[in-house]
Amino acid sequence: MTSTAARTTTVEVRLPSRLGFEKVAMSTAASVAKLMGFRDERIDDLKTAIAEACINAIEHGNRLNEKLSVGVVLSAGSDQLEIKVMDDGKGMKQQPTKPDIDKKMHGEEDPRGMGMFLIQALVDEAEWVVGTNGKGSYVRLVIRLDKEQ
Amino acid sequence: MQTDTKSKVDQTTSPAGTPVTVLRFEGDISSASKEAVIGSYQGLSKTTAKTILLDFTKVEYINSSGIALVIQLLMEAANSGQKVLAFGLSAHFTKVFTMVGITKYAGLFPDQAAALATV
Repeated sequence: MTSTAARTTTVEVRLPSRLGFEKVAMSTAASVAKLMGFRDERIDDLKTAIAEACINAIEHGNRLNEKLSVGVVLSAGSDQLEIKVMDDGKGMKQQPTKPDIDKKMHGEEDPRGMGMFLIQALVDEAEWVVGTNGKGSYVRLVIRLDKEQ
Repeated sequence: MQTDTKSKVDQTTSPAGTPVTVLRFEGDISSASKEAVIGSYQGLSKTTAKTILLDFTKVEYINSSGIALVIQLLMEAANSGQKVLAFGLSAHFTKVFTMVGITKYAGLFPDQAAALATV
């Protein structure tokens, strides 16, 4: 499950496409981030970001098809943690947009649809990569260790 | 696999004498929480429950689908002329609620006493 190459340690998890299993990725990522020395506040940010990425992969990527799994790869470097969340969907082509609470409150915008915004707001880098031939799409997240940590 | 959300309704009175209904949640708040969040809110009397506190003290995990349910509750409450306040969120979820703009429609407080002191 764990391999070390150069200065990067990699941990991989495969989740069933069933809502609720994002918490397995959250706890794994939290454990890795804790070992790396991230502050609790940053770990909370990471947990929410990775949960939203996994939920998107389960719901939109794999369309809740339990025959498909969601891959989560955590690559711990000396100063940052990179996470890739992979599914069998066609990928997210739209960019995250800031939710408009007034529009939501007036029924002009779906109350849902905040996942990508939260991901982008809570990590240092977020990138949605569309796979070729409609396969191999993933979201890539990065959080960096603060210098004072 | 999603953890059940429990909800409980309490009645209390603010120091200023305002009757207040408290909706207390326990567990995760996610897409599986519709009955606990919206159902329990819709079970309240719109004529007597004019001020509602949402208690998140025993909630550890809220995802974007759960936040959407809270927004739906706030929308229905606004349409019914009810005032909604929330308390007991962790520092992290206070930040998340603030980021998505919920604070514009529901005041967030550290605890029940702080929330009650404002109504």
